[in-house]
Amino acid sequence: MASFVPSSVTLRTTLGLVALALLLLPFADIEITTVAPWRELGRLLQGLLTPDFTELDDLGTALLRTLAFAFTGVALGVAIGGLLALVFHHRLVRAGCAFVRAIHELFWALIFLQFFGLHPLTGVLAIALPYAGVFAKVYAEILDEADPLPKQVLPAGTGMLSTFLFARVPDAWPHLVSYTAYRLECGLRSSAVLGFIGMPTLGFYLQSSFAQGHYSEVGALLLLFYGLIATLRLWARPQLVPLYAVAAPFLLGSGLPIVWGNLTRFFTQDIVPAPLRNGEGWAALGQWLSDLLLTQALPGLWTTVVLTQIALVLTGGLALIAFPLISRHFTSRAGGVAGHTLLVVARSTPEYLLAYVLLQLWGPSMLPAIVALAIHNGGIIGHLVGRRSNELTLRPDASRGMNRYAFEVLPRLYGPFLALLFYRWEIIMRETAILGILGIATLGFYVDSAIQELRFDRALVLIVITALLNIGVDSLARALRRRLRLKHAASSEP
Amino acid sequence: MTVLSLDAAHASYGDKQVLGPLTIRVAQGEKVALVGHSGAGKSTLLGLLFDKRRHDMALMPQELGLVQTLSVFHNVYMGRLANRSTLYNLANLVRPLRHEVARVRDILAPLDMLDKLWAPAGELSGGQRQRTAVARALNQNAKVLLADEPVSALDGPRAEAIMLTLTQHFETTVIALHDVELALRHCDRIVGIKDGGIALDQPSHRLRADDLRFLYVAPSAAA
Repeated sequence: MASFVPSSVTLRTTLGLVALALLLLPFADIEITTVAPWRELGRLLQGLLTPDFTELDDLGTALLRTLAFAFTGVALGVAIGGLLALVFHHRLVRAGCAFVRAIHELFWALIFLQFFGLHPLTGVLAIALPYAGVFAKVYAEILDEADPLPKQVLPAGTGMLSTFLFARVPDAWPHLVSYTAYRLECGLRSSAVLGFIGMPTLGFYLQSSFAQGHYSEVGALLLLFYGLIATLRLWARPQLVPLYAVAAPFLLGSGLPIVWGNLTRFFTQDIVPAPLRNGEGWAALGQWLSDLLLTQALPGLWTTVVLTQIALVLTGGLALIAFPLISRHFTSRAGGVAGHTLLVVARSTPEYLLAYVLLQLWGPSMLPAIVALAIHNGGIIGHLVGRRSNELTLRPDASRGMNRYAFEVLPRLYGPFLALLFYRWEIIMRETAILGILGIATLGFYVDSAIQELRFDRALVLIVITALLNIGVDSLARALRRRLRLKHAASSEP
Repeated sequence: MTVLSLDAAHASYGDKQVLGPLTIRVAQGEKVALVGHSGAGKSTLLGLLFDKRRHDMALMPQELGLVQTLSVFHNVYMGRLANRSTLYNLANLVRPLRHEVARVRDILAPLDMLDKLWAPAGELSGGQRQRTAVARALNQNAKVLLADEPVSALDGPRAEAIMLTLTQHFETTVIALHDVELALRHCDRIVGIKDGGIALDQPSHRLRADDLRFLYVAPSAAA
């Protein structure tokens, strides 16, 4: 754990991040543009308090499809990622996985939408592909951490597969299972959000209820989703999960048929840069590329970075305020239950959904995005730090209240807190880019516009730039963690 | 016939020489005890012997090398992995076959471990873990045993019984022991390790416990 002394490198890093966010704040557009933002919020809260469960057919279908896409996508991701984990030491595999996971599942969905159309395959692959990249990396790390001794005492001549299955997998198994379970929860969120781009999952129904102003239906959908995630541990039992995974592909719905011609056209024409497609030569390509970079990539990049940095600091602040809510050193039992409920709601609401809701309430600006990112990620980090704080044992005569927070608890938890925040950094950036689809001018906005204009060549270049940005931030965060000597084990991550 | 041999072998951690140069030969049928104070280099010597010849050999390191999440049955079964096909091993991992269970039961019964057959190794006491590793070694189709303090967590009578089993089951054994009496009773050759070298190498019938005491005097200042 990093020590917490004034002028320590931990403190300097923190102050640096806060200063950067303050510096960027004037560049951020955080206006509330709707006429009556609070009335809208009131109506939404009223909707949550008076949920309308009468449209049971729609609600049932929304939940069933959300589950089906999540299970199919995650199961496929586990299968592919599990195999890739075995060859993860290969440099090409490592780079490929880093690239695949740097692209958000919604971007993948937008890409697949172009050639598979509204076929279920689009949604399934959009989840499976980036998840496979994540599983490959984390599984490989978990397997590497397994105790090496059992392998050494095996009789000489034991086959490779037997060695792997007896001496490697069992030791790693509990970690593999718990990480996969966590990812399943993420998969449910991803699946819900895919509805916003046309898959028949929760987001789709939410969007249409919102558009029609049926706030009680919105309330019902949200409550059902929270219920689903809060009870995950009850119905997603290890023995049942394989059963769900086998049944899920049959419950995806039929969607629209794939037009295979689109597939060939996509690769042979759509994504070929326009100047090359039209035979205008390399000079024109250079012009095209610099145009794209200057008028779209750079502005998008700038907005993405501005928004990310502000959201990161707000996330950290929120987490530091939130964690005492579930910490036994600060709350009574009843207070703890309330705090837990609050944090469960915060972390199980996908950023995208939250941003969408806030955007409806406050109108288009960076504010909904910043607040959505901070609530969701602050909820996650607050939950993890709070849980960590419950493992601390304070001496019986330790101070109370604010003094306890500042002198006893925070110094002990600040290292792990920063480690988690840096871990979320890349995730926040990836989400920031994607929130552009909602109309905030981050990279996702330009990607989405290019796709709307059927300029897939541009969209692809922008997506690749987004991926590179994410990879860059990820390695920056890793370097910072190393510099601050923050311990980080893949399997202990949220 | 020589089964194990090292010629002027040495081992070092970083640039610190911890063992050797040292030469040792173990003939077929010999029961060798490595004795010496802790840190003298017994474990390192066992490691060198193991690296020299891995086939037809069962290894019982001090940390035992059990898979914590697998049951006692599976850990003992693992001694036979090399003798079975991969498919067969897989089947036993998922659902142990009846006659394999019977085999393992027969090995566990005299070790008084039958009631723990399906307990995960991670939930066993120190003594039970040690007996599980002994059972794994016994299940292994090997003529030579290298063991590092195999009975250190067991009480007197049980330690005696297991030493007897190990030395009778394996044709050739090299066992590191800190208990000199146990070594003299169960092994026919005593190799004393001190300051990273062999300080004594005698048939045990010529030795008494007192003769070995010098091995346990704190390492000389020069070392």
